[in-house]
Amino acid sequence: MDDITLEKMSDEYFDILKELGNIGAGNATTALAQMMQCKVDMSVPQVKLLEFKEMGEIMGGAEIIMAGIYLGIEGDITGSIMFLLEKQAARHLVNKLMGMEITGDEFSEMEFSALKEVGNIITGAYLNSLSGLTNLVIYPSVPDLTVDMAGAILSVPAIQFGELGDKMLLIQTQFFDEMVLDGYFILVPDLHSYGKILSALGIG
Amino acid sequence: MGKVIKVGMADLNVCVSPDSITTLGLGSCVGIAVRDPVTKIGGLAHIMLPDSTAIRINSNIPKFADTGIEELVKQVVAKGANRSRLVAKIAGGAQMFAFQAKNDMVRVGERNVEATKKKLAQLKIPILAEDTGKNYGRTVIFYPETGDFVIRAVGRSESVI
Repeated sequence: MDDITLEKMSDEYFDILKELGNIGAGNATTALAQMMQCKVDMSVPQVKLLEFKEMGEIMGGAEIIMAGIYLGIEGDITGSIMFLLEKQAARHLVNKLMGMEITGDEFSEMEFSALKEVGNIITGAYLNSLSGLTNLVIYPSVPDLTVDMAGAILSVPAIQFGELGDKMLLIQTQFFDEMVLDGYFILVPDLHSYGKILSALGIG
Repeated sequence: MGKVIKVGMADLNVCVSPDSITTLGLGSCVGIAVRDPVTKIGGLAHIMLPDSTAIRINSNIPKFADTGIEELVKQVVAKGANRSRLVAKIAGGAQMFAFQAKNDMVRVGERNVEATKKKLAQLKIPILAEDTGKNYGRTVIFYPETGDFVIRAVGRSESVI
């Protein structure tokens, strides 16, 4: 399966990714609701295959400031996963989690680790659903967080996708509590892991 | 005031004064601006990966430092720039996350900068200034009129190199 390119991936694979996104985001929503002790809803995730040039636009511009949480994946498959959240939404989550009402521009060290924890829980829930569906053992690494321009954060997974082709796969999910939180998952399996995911799912 | 030409990720374009040319949110990618100071014709490339020969699917020329810079030079010369007068300025190549993936994508920002310098040296195009590395994103705007390369980053004051 080393000749895989994203352009050639079947509708079936897309549907599976969408379903994975759905289940993963569902788990993430439950985890978020428990953490914040309030009701959180979500919309049906959208799976998008994007040209590198279009990527910034989808999030409202390459210069929009986002929080990006990035983790490595080890186990039966290797690669990385990223979760992106618009800065305002990240601020909202952190305030809720810490029971504060801060509107400042910068995140304190404490808020940074709270945000890392949010990312950890959300990506963990997503990876759990992937692991559950495929029966593959997946361990996430310690998360790393940065707050910067969307384009700059996205360059990291984009470069990894760039080794496989000219497009990148993005899963967009909306969460709602009092406000709409747009979240984006980007799963980047290493080249040899694509085949493993596909055959574990009975395709490929 | 001229218009502002946009360059996306894995993209390049040319620009003639008084227009300017920009690329937004460079992370580990590198932005390469070249210019002929006499005709004031310039161009900007936004490359993602260092080496087209290391990757099998390599038809996207502007994606790679080696092929992207070659194409950029070709296009500015076609626009009327003098090949021997070209000078360059570069920015980007950050390492956005401290997290180190256990694969060859480690230090890709740094490797993009190295490959960019190697290609420019090979083409004998001097690098007049650079703002590379570190751990934050950059938006760049290049003015072929003056050769100014304006760099913006989140939470930092604007700089001109």
